[in-house]
Amino acid sequence: MERRRYALDELINKRINEVLKGKQDAFEEIVILFQHRLYHVCYRMLNNKQEAEDIAQEAFVRAYINIHTFDQKRKFSTWIFRIATNLCIDRIRKKKPDYHLDAEVPGTEGLTMYSQIAAAGDLPEEQIEKMEAQERIRYEIGRLPDKYRSVIILRYFEELPLQEIGDILELPLGTVKTRVHRGREALRKQMGTM
Amino acid sequence: MNTCPEKIIDYMHAYLDEDIRPEEERELQEHLANCSECKEIMDGLEESISFLKSATQIKAPAGFVDGVIARLPKEKSQVGAQRFLRRHPLLSAAAMFLLLMSATLFSSYGNDQHFSVSKQPNLVVQGETVLVPAGETIKGDIVVKNGSLRIEGQVEGDVTVIHGSKFMASTAIVTGESEEIDKAFDWLWYKIKNTVKDIFPSSKEDEKQEK
Repeated sequence: MERRRYALDELINKRINEVLKGKQDAFEEIVILFQHRLYHVCYRMLNNKQEAEDIAQEAFVRAYINIHTFDQKRKFSTWIFRIATNLCIDRIRKKKPDYHLDAEVPGTEGLTMYSQIAAAGDLPEEQIEKMEAQERIRYEIGRLPDKYRSVIILRYFEELPLQEIGDILELPLGTVKTRVHRGREALRKQMGTM
Repeated sequence: MNTCPEKIIDYMHAYLDEDIRPEEERELQEHLANCSECKEIMDGLEESISFLKSATQIKAPAGFVDGVIARLPKEKSQVGAQRFLRRHPLLSAAAMFLLLMSATLFSSYGNDQHFSVSKQPNLVVQGETVLVPAGETIKGDIVVKNGSLRIEGQVEGDVTVIHGSKFMASTAIVTGESEEIDKAFDWLWYKIKNTVKDIFPSSKEDEKQEK
């Protein structure tokens, strides 16, 4: 596993050096390698497919523009996740005052509805019980306070070690631990109705 | 509220983070075996985690990669050049130096409107016309700026006329190179050539000495 990861880092650095020499094609390979992980994190953070696609793509664009600032001795995944989570957090802050996405047609994949519900507060118990598991996960993650949501997503969807989460979010290890604990605690309390 | 020690909750999280010492874990297990309230909390935490882990991995939509490529800045070569310069600071400095140098050279080309001529004792200067008299031999290079040159005698060296005209009589002999410079570009080239000659004067001199 370690050896595979090492080989992957090596491949990525090779592609990055090609991008630095002006070969745009080499960047496409990097996008292909990370697209699903980055999109997934953005989707969990934002709870909205269109926004997740927009932000995840923007993260890749920013990475491309700033690729010369990437320190190749470090992990590329940490770097690009940091760009993406920062963009997500900015987006969440910006849309806070008018949380409801009125512009979106109701019924488009049912997603916007849940993000609206999440903002509006708790649903009646019988409605929660009728939810299908995947909807329920979306709903519960959406209810988590922002600062717990990001660590929980990285910890349980990306299954990253605490230290790496700290590197991505630029938080000390102790803070990451506290947030994971509180996040788990919040989830447990939210899901008491299971 | 729970009356159990707070550290038990801490142990639960330490356990879930796989960051617990063996003696702490033993204490936790013993406590959970005897305290139904704490056991319930622990089960709740574990349930929520396994619930999260049951989430399906969501994939980026089709066309995601093409979307990224379409959004990349278009001025590929420019970005490439900028990046190249950033990564080669010495080269950028050299390029900057050349740019500034050529700017000064061009400006000196425009401003220097005065008539001038290199000083050789037997050159005859009449107004803005320089004459190499018939039968005379001028040693060394002749440079005339903003004036005309008339050669009737012999010149043992190069002849250069900048911004002016040159007339050579049938008796004229020029042993070196002869050129007229009228365009800014020629002027620049001439300056650079001379600068290089000044910096590396040896080659020509060596040749002469060998002869």
